[in-house]
Amino acid sequence: MSEVQAHSRALVLASLVAALFLTILPMPDGTSEFRPQWVALVLIYWCLNAPRHIGVFWAFGTGIVVDVLSGSVLGQHALTLSVVGYLAVELHQRILPFPLWQQAVSVWLLLLVERLLSLWILGATGQPAPALIYWMPTFAGMLLWPGLSIVLNNLRARFEEA
Amino acid sequence: MVIAVALSLVLIVADSRYRHLDVLRSVLSVALYPVHYLAALPLRLSRAVDARLASEAELRAQNGALQRENLELRGRLQTFDALQAENRRLRDLLGSSFKLRDRVLVAKLLEVDLDPYRQQVLIDKGSSSGIFVGQPVLDANAVMGQVVRTSPLTATVLLITDAAHSLPVQVNRNGLRAVATGSGLINRLSLLHLPKNADVRVGDLLITSGLGGVFPPGYPVARITEIGDDPSSPFATVVAEPTARLDRSQEVLLVWTRPPLRQGGGLGDSDDIAAHAAARRP
Repeated sequence: MSEVQAHSRALVLASLVAALFLTILPMPDGTSEFRPQWVALVLIYWCLNAPRHIGVFWAFGTGIVVDVLSGSVLGQHALTLSVVGYLAVELHQRILPFPLWQQAVSVWLLLLVERLLSLWILGATGQPAPALIYWMPTFAGMLLWPGLSIVLNNLRARFEEA
Repeated sequence: MVIAVALSLVLIVADSRYRHLDVLRSVLSVALYPVHYLAALPLRLSRAVDARLASEAELRAQNGALQRENLELRGRLQTFDALQAENRRLRDLLGSSFKLRDRVLVAKLLEVDLDPYRQQVLIDKGSSSGIFVGQPVLDANAVMGQVVRTSPLTATVLLITDAAHSLPVQVNRNGLRAVATGSGLINRLSLLHLPKNADVRVGDLLITSGLGGVFPPGYPVARITEIGDDPSSPFATVVAEPTARLDRSQEVLLVWTRPPLRQGGGLGDSDDIAAHAAARRP
């Protein structure tokens, strides 16, 4: 039992590191505005699928790491991801039973919450308000959700067999 | 949940108002250096491949251009030595101390995307190379920004166009002093509190005035692109475009013009100005 948990914890960590990597990977000009919120997506996946193991404190820790990595105000991502993680854990029973494309809509709402909180923090720390394209990553994230779920589900199944 | 939120809020306030968390950030950023390094790797490799695959004709053309530029610069340098000597003599006559040539270090940008809503870049040299907070950063053309955070292997540079950044400048043509504040857009600086009858024209070059103590005087900063006369505002709205290629430079120069200032005070001057600018906003 404990070995299985250790296995899946390694998978959680690996997927989060991959998400961090994708977050700061340079993208061609003009596409970086559409970069989905990778870390939030992966975190939502784990909060929905392993709500007993992964929750607010994982989200908080990951958020701090994102803050350091991307040079934002320390605590910005920690706050937004904690709230999103909390909501995902609370709502997992209401989101998971639906087919993937319907889940995507709920996930989109969670991603919107993340963006909204970020916007407030940007405002409170004296940054200028961004343009409307600020909201684009949530749509990218919504479209990616089914694919991401399938990939992570497969990986998880393989890990738990082994 | 409540604990995490409260903790994050405390962190946000502590990080944006005070500078106590820099140690934590620096430790974490050393631990995360591999991620930064790996993320920058694909582009670096593709550039290396690009350089290897450059055609002979391209290299010849580039070589020719560099030789021409070298000749031109040498020509200018001939008079420069004489002028420098003359300048030193005149300064001796005036009794003012001669400023030695600034010491510089070349650093490369780590090509990673940071928070897209702040104007900052990461460079591949850190406090282990002697870089300190508040150090001015230039590119080949002009002032780019200043170092705001260091870790042993990397340093974060706040660009002059960040909304939290201000620097004292003067108009090169007539010495008029002003404060250039970032707007959060990569190609826009605004000059605050210039009266409507101030003698500025579109196309004027702005250079650092050296007043804040952070930037050495005399480096080019921006060129004025637009002067607006908004009847509802008591001041002229003056917009300038940075002459540094903020979004394109791959290498930056770090300058030592003064010893590292008192602990944690490197940003003091610009912070004051930034606070002033923030208070002005509704």
